[in-house]
Amino acid sequence: MTLLSATGLQTVYGEGCSRCIESTGDRAGTNQCPHCGSVVACAEADLSVREGEVLGIVGESGSGKSSLAEQLALERDPDATTTGMVDYDGYDGNLLAVDYETRHDLRTSDIALVHQHIRDGLNPEFTGGGNVAEKLLSAGWRSYEDVRDRVQELFEATEIPVDRMDDPTSTYSGGMQRRVQIARALATDPELVVLDEPTTGLDVSVQARVLDMFRQVQREEGVACVVVSHDLGVVRLLADRTLVMRHGRIVESGLTDRVMEDPHHEYTQTLINSVI
Amino acid sequence: MTDQIMTDEPPETVEYQLRTADESSVATDGGTTVSSDTVDGETDAVDATLDALESDGLSGYNYAYLDEHTKREVRRSMLKAVAIPGHQVPYASRPMPLARGWGTGGIQASLSILGPDDRFKVIDQGADESVNAANIRRLAENTAEIETTTDTTDADLIQTRHRIPEEVLTDDQILVLQVPITDALRKVDPSDAANRRRHAHKNYGKMWVHLYENVVEWGEINISSRYPTMVGGRYLMDPSPIPRWDVPKLDDADNLFVFAAGREARIYAVPPHTDVEPLAFSDREFTVERFGGQSCHACGSTDTYLVEVSEEAGDTDRETNNTDREFETRYACNDSSFCAKRRENPELPKDHHLDRGGVDWGPKTASETTGSRKTAAGKTKSPGGEAE
Amino acid sequence: MTALTVDGLSKTFDMHVLGDTQVVGLDDVSFDVREGEFLAVVGASGSGKSSLLKCLYRTYDPTGGRVVYHRNALVDSSSDNSSDNSSVDLASCDDQTVIGLRNTAIGYTSQFLDEIPRVPAVDVVSRPLREQGVPAEEARQRARELLSRLRLPEELWEAYPATFSGGERQRVNLAQALAPKPDLLLLDEPTSALDPDTRQAAIDLLREYLDADTTVIGVFHNTAVIEAVADRVVMLEDGQLQGVVPVDDYDGEVVR
Repeated sequence: MTLLSATGLQTVYGEGCSRCIESTGDRAGTNQCPHCGSVVACAEADLSVREGEVLGIVGESGSGKSSLAEQLALERDPDATTTGMVDYDGYDGNLLAVDYETRHDLRTSDIALVHQHIRDGLNPEFTGGGNVAEKLLSAGWRSYEDVRDRVQELFEATEIPVDRMDDPTSTYSGGMQRRVQIARALATDPELVVLDEPTTGLDVSVQARVLDMFRQVQREEGVACVVVSHDLGVVRLLADRTLVMRHGRIVESGLTDRVMEDPHHEYTQTLINSVI
Repeated sequence: MTDQIMTDEPPETVEYQLRTADESSVATDGGTTVSSDTVDGETDAVDATLDALESDGLSGYNYAYLDEHTKREVRRSMLKAVAIPGHQVPYASRPMPLARGWGTGGIQASLSILGPDDRFKVIDQGADESVNAANIRRLAENTAEIETTTDTTDADLIQTRHRIPEEVLTDDQILVLQVPITDALRKVDPSDAANRRRHAHKNYGKMWVHLYENVVEWGEINISSRYPTMVGGRYLMDPSPIPRWDVPKLDDADNLFVFAAGREARIYAVPPHTDVEPLAFSDREFTVERFGGQSCHACGSTDTYLVEVSEEAGDTDRETNNTDREFETRYACNDSSFCAKRRENPELPKDHHLDRGGVDWGPKTASETTGSRKTAAGKTKSPGGEAE
Repeated sequence: MTALTVDGLSKTFDMHVLGDTQVVGLDDVSFDVREGEFLAVVGASGSGKSSLLKCLYRTYDPTGGRVVYHRNALVDSSSDNSSDNSSVDLASCDDQTVIGLRNTAIGYTSQFLDEIPRVPAVDVVSRPLREQGVPAEEARQRARELLSRLRLPEELWEAYPATFSGGERQRVNLAQALAPKPDLLLLDEPTSALDPDTRQAAIDLLREYLDADTTVIGVFHNTAVIEAVADRVVMLEDGQLQGVVPVDDYDGEVVR
C-alpha cells in the first residue's frame, strides 16, 4: 500500500519569475532561469513510495536529486522556496505544510534522513551509542537499560563492533560513522528512510558491505527507502524502482533493472552507456 | 510586599549641583574645567563640593537604591516569569555597586520588591556572616531602611547564593536565588540562539543524551550542582548551583522562588505548588548527596546538608612553634542559622515554626506523625508523596 | 491449467544514441505455457531468446502485445489488485504489481551472476529465503544443501564469488534462483559454463528440487539438457516465433 505520494515537488533558489519553470528543465538544457537567474533545483516532480519499497533517484550534479530527497525528508532550507504536495499515510493534509512540532515528531519517529555528509548527521563529541540514543531519547524513551539494549541491537544489526559503543564518534572510521548514521536512522523503526549519497566518503571496499548491510536490514524490517545517488551501482543494488533526473526534472522512471537495461530516454541511454 | 508601584509621588531623582567658581564652567554631568589662573580658588570650590557630596550622597538615592522605572521593569519581568514557570525572561539589568558575578541580579530582584515593613535575610553558601552576604544586607539596610534578620522563619524575603535554607518556607515568603548561568542547555550547546529554539519547542533531546553519557561514564547521574529540572512539565530549568539536596524543595512548595541573573540579564521563577522534577531515567533515579553516616560536629544533625571542615587537631604547641600539625576533617551544617538553633535544641524539626502538622518538605523533614527525625539514608522523598 | 499466455509480444528498441535507430528484438510472438511445464527456448544468437525472457520479467518494456500471467491461489498481498482477479498482463501492469510478483511468484536469473561484492556465496543464495522471512540459520542451511547438490566445493561456500570461475559463479547463480522456489522461473542459460558432471547435477536438481507445479521457461544451448528436462521447445529466429514443439520432436535444428 502506498506510504507516500508526492505531486508537483519544487525547490527554487532565488526570487523566481513566471517563466522559470518553462525556461528550465530537460528541453531547456539548464536548471537556471535565463530571465531572472533563479535556480530551479527541482520542479514538476511526482512520485510515490509504497510500504517497504526502495525508490532510487539517480542523476548527475545539478540534477536536483538531493533537493528532491531533502523535500521528502522534510528538511527546510531557509534559502529555498519549496512548494508541492506530499500525501503521507496516516496524516491529513500536505506533509510539507505541517507545523514545526508535527514535523519534528515525524522526523523523530516516521521519516529518517541519512545525510550525505557525516558532519550534518552526527555529533562527533557524543559517543557512537549516544548519537543513536539521541533519537530514542527525543522520542521519549526514559529507561536507561532499554535505551542501552536497543542501541546495542542496532549496533549489531549495522555491524558496528559493540565494544566501540562508548567511544566518541570522532574516533570512528568513515565506514563506522556511516553505519552509526544508519543505526540512528533506524532507531525508532521509521517507516521511511532517505539515504542521500550513502557511499560518500567511504572506501570502495567498505561501500559494498555497508550497502549490503543496509539492504538486508531494510528487507528484514520492511522499511521503505529513497536512495539518492550519482552511482548507478548503488541504485541497482538497493532500489526496486528508479527515477532519473536531469536539470531538475524527472526524465524517466520505472523498475530499476528496466531503466538500466532498457532505457527509453535519450539522456538515460547516454548515462547507462557511460558507466565504465 | 511594597506599594511603591502605586505611589502618587513622582519618583525622586538625584540631582547634583556643583558650586561654580568664578571663571570655571561646570557641566552637570560632573565635568569641570579649571582655568590655571585661579587654582587655589578652584581647589576650595572642589573641596566644598566634595564635602557637600558626602552629606547629600546617600539621601540623594531613591528608596532601595534603584529608581522606580527600574523597579517597575524588574517587577514586570518577575510577573512574566511567574506566569510562565521556568521560562527565562530577559530584563535590562542595571549597573550595581557590586561587580557582575557577585549577585547583582539577586540584588536587583530583592531591591525591587522590598518595602519598609519587610525583614530581609541574606545568605551566601548557607552563611549569613559571609562578606558578600553582609555587604548586600548593609546596602538594603541603608537604602531601603528595612530590618534584617538571620532567622529564616522570621524573614519576609530571603536572598541566597547557592543554597535553599533547611527550614520550611511558607506562602508569605519569597526566596530570591542568585544565578550565574541561566540556561541549563548551555552545557550541551554554547549557542544561545539554538537553545532558545529548543526551549520554545520543548526539544530537550541533547540534554537527555548528556545524561545518558553521564550514566555511561559513571554508572549513575553524577551531576552535582545546576541539576537540570523540568518545571511544570514544560521548561527545562537550571536551578542555579544549589546542591542536589535542595532540588526537591522546589517541587510543590508553598513559597515563591525567584531566580535572577544580573550579568545574563534574565529572571525566571517557580511559583508555589509547581511541579518540579529533576531529570532522571526511570531506572537511574535522581538521588541527593550522601554523607556516609556523618553528623554535624556542632549540633549533631544527620538530616541537614553538611560540608567538610578541615581543622587543626588539638592545641598548637606555641612554645616549640611546631608547624607539623595534623588536620582533621569534620562535618558541619551548611545552614549556619539553623545549626545555631539546633545547638540549642537538637531535636528541632525543620517545620517547627508551623502550626499544621505533617509538613514534609525537603530531604528528611520531620513529619508530625512520626515525631522524630529520620536518619539520612541517601534517598529523598518529595512532598508529592512520590517514593524514589 | 495455463500459467502464462504470451500474445502478440513485440519489442522494438529506440536507440537514441545511434541516431534514433530502431532495433527489433521480438516480433509478434505468441504461445501458451501450462502450469508445471518446462519450456525450453532455442534459437541462434540474436534471435531474441534473452529478450523474450526479459520481456516476461519486465526487465524490458514490451512495445506490443500481452503477457498474461494466471496467478495461482496464493496471491501476493503487496499488490493493490483485488484477490479475485487471478490474471494480470505483465506487459502493461504497473511497476508495483511487477515488484510484488517478483518478490513472491516469479524468479529470473541471467547467465551472469549479479553478485554483490563481499557477500559470501552461501549468503548470496540464502538472501532470497531470508527476504521471504525464513530465519537466517535455516535459510543458510537450505542454501548449503543447494550448493552441495550443485557440487560447489564446501571451502567456497563462505568465500566471495567475485574470485570464482565462470562455472562456480553459475552454480551460485542457479542456486540463488532455485532457492525461493518461485511459481514461475525464468532461466537464461544457467548451465552454459558447467562441466558435464555438474550439468547433470543441475539437471537432476531442476527435476527434483522444484515442485511439480513450478513452471519453468529456460534458454538453453545444450540439446542434451533440453532433452533431459524440457517438455516443449519454443523456437525463435530473428525475433519471430518459428514454432513450439514437444521435446520429442525437437532434434536440435531449428524447424522452418
